[in-house]
Amino acid sequence: MPPDMIPVPLSKIDKDRLALSGIDLAMKNRCGSYLQMDQDIVQSECSQEGIEVLTYKKAMEKYDWMKDYAWKAVSPDKDEITKYVAAQKDPKGYVIIAHRGSSNILPIQACLYLGRELIQHVHNIIIAEEGAELHIISGCTSGAHVGKGGAHYGVSEFYVKKNAKISFTMIHNWTEEVEVYPRSAAVVDENGVYLSNYVCMQPVKKVQMYPTATLKGENSVARFSSIAIASPTSFMDLGSRAILEGKGASAELIARAITKGGTIISRGHIMGKTAGTKGHLECKGLILKDGRIYAIPEIEGLVVGTELSHEAAVGKLAQEEIEYLMSRGLDEDEATATIIRGFLDVKISGLPEALQKQIDATIDVAEKAGF
Amino acid sequence: MLHIEDLHVKVGEKEVLHDINLHIGDGETHVLLGPNGSGKTTLLMTIMGFSNYTITEGKIIFKGEDVTKMHAHERAKRGIGMLFQRPPTISGLKLGKLLTAISREKDADIEKLAGSVHMDRFLERDINKGFSGGEIKRSEVLQLMIQNPDFVMLDEPESGVDLENISLIGTAIGSLLEKEKQIIKRQKSGLVITHTGYILDYLETDRGHVMCDGMIKCHGNPREILKDIKQRGYRECLECRQT
Repeated sequence: MPPDMIPVPLSKIDKDRLALSGIDLAMKNRCGSYLQMDQDIVQSECSQEGIEVLTYKKAMEKYDWMKDYAWKAVSPDKDEITKYVAAQKDPKGYVIIAHRGSSNILPIQACLYLGRELIQHVHNIIIAEEGAELHIISGCTSGAHVGKGGAHYGVSEFYVKKNAKISFTMIHNWTEEVEVYPRSAAVVDENGVYLSNYVCMQPVKKVQMYPTATLKGENSVARFSSIAIASPTSFMDLGSRAILEGKGASAELIARAITKGGTIISRGHIMGKTAGTKGHLECKGLILKDGRIYAIPEIEGLVVGTELSHEAAVGKLAQEEIEYLMSRGLDEDEATATIIRGFLDVKISGLPEALQKQIDATIDVAEKAGF
Repeated sequence: MLHIEDLHVKVGEKEVLHDINLHIGDGETHVLLGPNGSGKTTLLMTIMGFSNYTITEGKIIFKGEDVTKMHAHERAKRGIGMLFQRPPTISGLKLGKLLTAISREKDADIEKLAGSVHMDRFLERDINKGFSGGEIKRSEVLQLMIQNPDFVMLDEPESGVDLENISLIGTAIGSLLEKEKQIIKRQKSGLVITHTGYILDYLETDRGHVMCDGMIKCHGNPREILKDIKQRGYRECLECRQT
């Protein structure tokens, strides 16, 4: 156990909340794990050959070249959040490196658990070297007891090298008092693939994030998907951005937003800077109870030969669809839940089955509770 | 099986069905003919219990029970089922998932039933999204096979279906209505809307009714009625004041 790792016992409630976020403490179907509770690193290991899961501190000591990655995709001066994380004397977080040619079929899990402290800060760096394939599931959660003022500041930098692939699936499971500020960016090289999936079915006070992928390399690909439900007290400012720089680069940004009275701002921005690039943005919103879904899709083409498109729609459940299912014997609540479940069903191409199943399971739990 | 008495139905502010009386016995299949816009679909949607169709007078008795005020799912649970002419497309909802929801805890072999109407390759597809006319009808029949209603209403089962599919759909509907059983042992009943009558080449029916302007104008042998209509069109029905 590295010196900065402290064993922290987990209660049954904590374990259940972790499981809801896709964190499997028994490590079934997982090849590696990083677990941080508040600022204490509980676990950091990986059994997969060629893949390292290190604490931020350890990675900085071990590899001199880490300085070429830290704060290179995300600027430390970007905003108050990045400044706070950059100012930490004892930075926490994880570094995952998939060395050249390595791959994991079972994902690595990274868990950030907010228990007692007011602000949890992390700085993560994820690197897939040339030809490597890396799948990560990140479950972020807080103890059921976390009260006012609890906040999570997370900086994540992704580097997808030539012919490499990273999929990053983030499942949020906070409480009504917690504020969350992820700051993520990815740089994708030639033929690289970056998949980013976000799921939040549970109440949270505030989430604000706008991960950006810069597709530098030729034929590089980014796909973002975001599935979120806003409870009456939730304010979720979500978005994703793709900058198409490399010739033939393409991006797809898909969002599904449901409000039960809260606010979801669903942003998206694709910029086509080079000929032969393609991008598509899709945002669908469903208003179950008066609240706010504010879709802001932006497409920005700078050159001849970039093709960008978007579709956005906000609406309600169609009575005709509900009654169609009722005529098959489903009661109104079952029919409604079945239609909402379908609305949220986004299949992400290129995602390993285990991760797709985890996303589906998270939505299934919400469905069972009647959304 | 089904007994409709003096039924008046409004859609919005307008009365669309006037004084409908209809009796369908156990094991019988009836056919409802009539020109476009005569109220045939409205009658089926009313029997199914859709909320847009307001019953202002009369009642619907199903298997001896007054279902007039029941919601659609309560009627479905009592054994009323419907094949829709134009069912909605539901984005993201997979046909297979819907079939599982319909089957509930029953031990339905979904794959096998889907195979029997050539829909096994559609289980992972969004329901009705990009389906052809024949595929929509096969999906509807498949849902009914799993739902297994005692009283099956079929709204233009042949519309949009090519010749190859019509026989498959006709056979599947025949099996839903227990047509392979001896008449005396047949329990399931049906009400088929057809406008062209093609489906009657594949499905034996016991009695026919003609609807015009929201009223049932006449009753009789389905083949005779159809022959009459084929010869003279619906013009005479529209002019007919006899009810």
